[in-house]
Amino acid sequence: MAPEWLTPRRATVAGLALLLVALWLVFPSGFYFRIATLVWISALAAVGLNLLMGLAGQVSLGHAGFLGIGAYAVALGPRHLGLHLLPSLGLGLVLAGLLALAVGRPILRLRGHYLAVATLGLGILVWLVLVSEVAITGGPDGIQVQRLVLFGWRVAGAETWYWITGLMLVLGVLVALNLEESPTGRALRALHDSEVAAAVAGIDVARAKLAVFVIAAVYATLAGGLLALFNRFVTPQTADFLHSIELVTMVVIGGMGSCLGAVVGAAVLTILPQALTVFHDYEHAVLGLTIILFMIFLRQGIVPGLAALLARRAA
Amino acid sequence: MDQLLQFVFSGLTVGAVYALVALGFTLIYNASDVINFAQGEFVMLGGMVTVFAVAAGVPLPLAALLAIAVAVVTGLALHRLAIEPARGASAVTLIIITIGASILIRGLAQLVFDRQFHALPAFSGEEPIRVLGASILPQSLWVLVGAAAIVLALWLFMERTLLGKAVRATAANRLAARLVGIDTTLVLALAFGISGAIGAIAGILITPITLTSFAVGTLLALKGFAAAMLGGMGNPVGAVVGGLALGLLESLAAGFISSTYKDAVAFLVILGVLFVLPQGLFGRRAVERV
Repeated sequence: MAPEWLTPRRATVAGLALLLVALWLVFPSGFYFRIATLVWISALAAVGLNLLMGLAGQVSLGHAGFLGIGAYAVALGPRHLGLHLLPSLGLGLVLAGLLALAVGRPILRLRGHYLAVATLGLGILVWLVLVSEVAITGGPDGIQVQRLVLFGWRVAGAETWYWITGLMLVLGVLVALNLEESPTGRALRALHDSEVAAAVAGIDVARAKLAVFVIAAVYATLAGGLLALFNRFVTPQTADFLHSIELVTMVVIGGMGSCLGAVVGAAVLTILPQALTVFHDYEHAVLGLTIILFMIFLRQGIVPGLAALLARRAA
Repeated sequence: MDQLLQFVFSGLTVGAVYALVALGFTLIYNASDVINFAQGEFVMLGGMVTVFAVAAGVPLPLAALLAIAVAVVTGLALHRLAIEPARGASAVTLIIITIGASILIRGLAQLVFDRQFHALPAFSGEEPIRVLGASILPQSLWVLVGAAAIVLALWLFMERTLLGKAVRATAANRLAARLVGIDTTLVLALAFGISGAIGAIAGILITPITLTSFAVGTLLALKGFAAAMLGGMGNPVGAVVGGLALGLLESLAAGFISSTYKDAVAFLVILGVLFVLPQGLFGRRAVERV
């Protein structure tokens, strides 16, 4: 039996931190650190999106738009405004938060498929601006990002980024888990089950939904900024529809409503294409097929699915 | 004035294709509550199969029939192999399945065909017809008449045949339909098959004007979805009106405002409409039972 101080929340965070150290010990080369860094970054966005989808039950098919805002903030801030990289990222976070705040209220009034198409439209509009404003964004070919220098320390190397992004993810998971247990988190869970019942119980439904939408947007923006700083190059693909779908798929494959699931889902969808490169031309076909099979046979997601399996074994 | 008419002609042509894609969405949605994001791939298959069959020496009408058959089989396979096994899954899961299917179809198309853009010769000449100072391509007439014929045929099928009535009954209430002896699984398969055929015909008709490649499906699916939502999801008339309206707006915006942001129009319009009318133009106000 687990000791009393080891709450599920603490166990998850501690487990992730241990995983960070363990992987660092076993990884033989920079390639592995590179992939792991990409996993941590995607996971950060997925953890945020899971708050919106899993906790509050609101779908977003345009979340990559916020990643795009974060990524282009660090690319364009220094170039056009003469800002340092970190203030640029900060500016991106503020802008994305304000955008989410402004469009969130009318968008989140919508239900089901109407919400899906509205968020999809939002994401595509961001993508179209990034593709079309060639003079500012560099257009479809993308644009370079400066190297991050902190107080004279040139941040470089996959291993360094592995730690920076890994710790950001642990922090993000900690915040997300705390939010789930907060009054806002309980309000969101209530409105997930029934908005009417939640409203009757005195919850300001519109306000709670708006709050989680802004939080999810900020997570994605931060992930986008980190991605750009790590790759030192951004293209509008960061913000395109397929990337939005990838994020949603991460959350659903891992298991909706499970913070750990979002991390697992991000790992699967980041590592899978790397593994599929052996299939060369068949890469896309196999990716599509894998997604379909996952959705049919592990409908509730990997983490809840495994948990249910273990519980049945134990019983 | 001439210019305006010119933009209206081209807008209606593209709009007719959006309308057909939206109609395919609506058909499948009504029968099964599934938003089929692979709808755009039917359009792609229609164009690509015809192009390659014609290049292999098959006469155009036969090639078109072959393309429609391929799309119908794809639609049926999608239903049988991916949608049916996931029955009862959440709406998001089903959306992801159809998107997975569209990635799969696109991946296969890229292997079977190639990554190039392809054109078809116009069905009846390239000589533009002058109408009130504007000109219209004969192929545009093919698209418009073809779309109108499909809408009419679908309407007759739904209103006048027993099978069509079974589809409508299933859309209205699946359980009740099953209770009166309707094979709802068959109806669902039928909806996927017909949607495949409609998409393929749209693809065949428009390819001489807009070209085609393995990747044209995605944006078409998104715009068709936007058009269907614009009209109010589940409403066939709304789908057609939404599609035509979207095509017109796009063409006018491209002509008078900025062609760079032509593709943005669809999504700006849908956001604007949904902010004011959360159920779309023709959608019924949903009443929630508590």
